[in-house]
Amino acid sequence: MQSGLVMPLDRANVDTDFIIPKQFLKSIKRSGFGVNLFDEHRYLDKGEPGRDNSGRPLNPDFVMNKARYKGASVLLARENFGCGSSREHAPWALDDYGFRIIIAPSYADIFFNNCFKNGILPIVVDRKIVDELFVEVEAQEGYSLTVDLENQVIIRPSGATIPFNVDSFRKYCLLNGLDDIGITLQDAGEIKTFEKGWRETSPWYFG
Amino acid sequence: MSGKTLYDKLWDSHLVKQRDDGTALIYIDRQLIHEVTSPQAFEGLRLAGRRPWRAESNFATPDHNIPTTKEERRQGLEGIRDPISRIQVTTLDDNCREFGIFELDMNDERQGIVHVVGPEQGATLPGMTIVCGDSHTSTHGALGALAHGIGTSEVEHVMATQCLLQTKMKNMLVRVDGRLNPGVTAKDIVLAIIGEIGTAGGTGYTIEFGGEAIRSLSMEGRMTVCNMAIEAGARAGLIAVDQTTLDYIKGRPFAPKGEMWERAAAAWKGLVSDADAHFDRVVVIDAAEIIPQVTWGTSPEMVAPITGEVPDPDKETDPSRRENMKQALKYMGLTPGTKMTDIKLDCVFIGSCTNSRIEDLRAAAAVVKGRKVAANVEMALVVPGSGLVKKQAEAEGLDKIFIDAGLEWREPGCSMCLAMNADQLGAGKHCASTSNRNFEGRQGFGGRTHLVSPAMAAAAAVHGHFVDVRDILLTLDI
Repeated sequence: MQSGLVMPLDRANVDTDFIIPKQFLKSIKRSGFGVNLFDEHRYLDKGEPGRDNSGRPLNPDFVMNKARYKGASVLLARENFGCGSSREHAPWALDDYGFRIIIAPSYADIFFNNCFKNGILPIVVDRKIVDELFVEVEAQEGYSLTVDLENQVIIRPSGATIPFNVDSFRKYCLLNGLDDIGITLQDAGEIKTFEKGWRETSPWYFG
Repeated sequence: MSGKTLYDKLWDSHLVKQRDDGTALIYIDRQLIHEVTSPQAFEGLRLAGRRPWRAESNFATPDHNIPTTKEERRQGLEGIRDPISRIQVTTLDDNCREFGIFELDMNDERQGIVHVVGPEQGATLPGMTIVCGDSHTSTHGALGALAHGIGTSEVEHVMATQCLLQTKMKNMLVRVDGRLNPGVTAKDIVLAIIGEIGTAGGTGYTIEFGGEAIRSLSMEGRMTVCNMAIEAGARAGLIAVDQTTLDYIKGRPFAPKGEMWERAAAAWKGLVSDADAHFDRVVVIDAAEIIPQVTWGTSPEMVAPITGEVPDPDKETDPSRRENMKQALKYMGLTPGTKMTDIKLDCVFIGSCTNSRIEDLRAAAAVVKGRKVAANVEMALVVPGSGLVKKQAEAEGLDKIFIDAGLEWREPGCSMCLAMNADQLGAGKHCASTSNRNFEGRQGFGGRTHLVSPAMAAAAAVHGHFVDVRDILLTLDI
């Protein structure tokens, strides 16, 4: 069970350049991207990697800079969230900032997948309900949602629940914090058997 | 029982293990690697004390951060002025050395954009499964390979296990019937498809492109189409293998030779969808109706024919789309009703994994030959996709045509497609670009991108605004 303040991002087709602009992809690390999450919208000037962000002019109109959304860990978004590049820096930036859960009507495939690899839960919710949530968040300062992954429900402040689907393997990994590679390597024998057969029937891939 | 699609065949032939929960382990034949999405994966291997499962299946080349001026390139790694970029490139070199991975480094004549170099070297073969930490990996589907863009965690997973954990996608067929009109290219086909189905239209699907117009394309054109499958939301695009595919691959350095070639080619001929295969969705487009395309907004689906105009958001009934259109027009500095041919340009970029192959450069050169770049165009770059494309273009005298017309002839790399190197579009500037994404800030902070074909970009360079390249071609003897 996780509860968190909700931040609405009322914009469809938020792409990965929007989430983390390319200049920050030059880092060879996995951490430290949170201060540059939504950089081109959050700040008024152009961000550069390695630069101190504390003195940069903030965009007062961008939702993230509103005091009431400070500390949000649930991101409410629109259709096709995370479209564009495969950069895992996008979920790294969201995670580093503190977002643990995303709620949207749809996601781009690669981004959706990358979220699970980083302990972020992207939840698909009907557009009609997403519309309602946007209205509720706007109306009530401090609006929080609780997500019960075990039982696959979002719990509204009223106590009403929104059921959601999640792939059982991904759920298992999220709940247990498991390492994908370790799990796959348990099947190393089967991989070797497959590889041996494939090498025999299609040797041209092993030249 | 109905037959199998090409995707079904590729999936089935690589299925190592199907789990009860619907996920599957898929064997990966080739991993392509570049400097941006791999360092954290190598670091992960190092921390866990793991080695690549099959090091020789990996193939690396740096492309995103590479400088493209002659002077910078002459200086080798020192020529990368941005120290953070330089570290990323040298980190790739170090990692490849440490883990025994084949790399065409920055100074190698064969270096270039990974999605140009893979097929060019024959490292991409029909029937393979291919991954790369780059969404435009869909490009390689043009050769009848199942090619996915993946995230960095998956890059590490594939290095360590030779497998990708996947859920099977649905099958979509986009059939482009009939023939294209002169001046209409593969880029226009794929932009028209994205305009039709939207940037999320292919989400959850593998798209197979078929029909007479697709079959008639060269391999370069097919790669352009599959490259942008991801802009329609599909992780993988596919085109069936035919004689064009085999002719392209034969003799390439990593391709099988001699008796092995004969066996492989015979097997590859089966890489087509069965006549009675079932597709979950079929989209049919008439090639003859496709007009050269230009994007006006900040998503590839915001596209119009060159004969059209910038649309009016107030006429859009869906509120979410309407808001999106308004945001896009504000960013682009365009007003509804503006004719596409009235959009003035400050910059032209011919390059990227979408359109930097020899045929693209030939098409652009044919348009600018004997002409001059318009006075209002401040910067016009031609960036070949690889060192070998550059060499070929120079052998054909294309470099001279571009230089005489006032365009800059650069060294290979991703360049201004995503502006991770020094090639950046200025704020507020409009750019006719042969790349794949017109997202806000993609080509540079505040830059305004219009996606077009190489011939359309070249025509725009000469006129300083968009023009219908079909009008120009009437006057050309090509």
